[in-house]
Amino acid sequence: MKRWIIMGMGLVVVLSLGWKMKVSMADEDEYWERTRDVAPIENPLYKQECGSCHMAYPPGLLPARSWEKMMTGLDEHFGENAELDSTTAAKLTRFLVDNSADAMPNYRRSRMITRGLSDESVPLRITELAYFQHEHGKIPARLTTGNSAVKSLSNCNTCHQKAELGSFSEREIRIPGHGKWDD
Amino acid sequence: MKAIKQITVTSILLALTTPTLANDVVTKLLQEYRSQAAQPFTAEAGWQLWIKPYTNASADKRSCSTCHTSDPKQVGKHARTGKRIEPLAPSVNPERLTKEQEIRKWLMRNCKWTLGRECDAQEKGDLLTYLNAL
Repeated sequence: MKRWIIMGMGLVVVLSLGWKMKVSMADEDEYWERTRDVAPIENPLYKQECGSCHMAYPPGLLPARSWEKMMTGLDEHFGENAELDSTTAAKLTRFLVDNSADAMPNYRRSRMITRGLSDESVPLRITELAYFQHEHGKIPARLTTGNSAVKSLSNCNTCHQKAELGSFSEREIRIPGHGKWDD
Repeated sequence: MKAIKQITVTSILLALTTPTLANDVVTKLLQEYRSQAAQPFTAEAGWQLWIKPYTNASADKRSCSTCHTSDPKQVGKHARTGKRIEPLAPSVNPERLTKEQEIRKWLMRNCKWTLGRECDAQEKGDLLTYLNAL
């Protein structure tokens, strides 16, 4: 009888330990999920309106104030006319602000981007962010701007295979004419 | 059997010889532009405009064909970003010229980029006529 009680208690202990492990593993998965890169986005309007001319940059790459400024100057958008009707522009501004770097502090790269900015600065170019420059500083120009298949650092998805999904992990990098990147 | 063959041949011939018909959206826009334009619209005038180079403030030469190539049935490439542009001719890309808002938006943006001003009704009508006839 005593033996049964001990065995039963042992079973309870083992089961509860297992349960605890399972819970903490789930927490960890969720943690990594939350802290990875920038938020992935799926917005057909954004893809259509902004993605026809350039990669649809994940909004988590710039703070809200940058997107707001960007959307009020579309008639002079980096030297191009990118005017939109006011209804579409308002919808997109809302979407960009709601998913901006400061709205997504759980994503590691968004957090790093925001952290590298002073309160007054309103950057419009992702390539001018301190965090961006820190991450790309070691890459020789011949692989990027001097690489005819890359041309500009603004073509994220030429090297970052999953850029449009908000994923910029180093193991996903494939530089045209060079291959993987490891620093 | 022979009759069926004849009907098929006739309908193919008809399809080949009938001039390209504008869809409802294009028809509507052409009507609107026609009321503000001096000359009748022609594909020839549209083609001339398509390849005509304009010099902008920074001394770049730009034309529609800079990005869309001189053949709108071909895939183009954005001059600045290098992004692929699907063919503009509805004959090879049926999605083109089907949405009024899209046509208005791109005519405004791209005329401003290329010509440095908005296109007038004559130019818009000629361009649409040209693209639609390809």
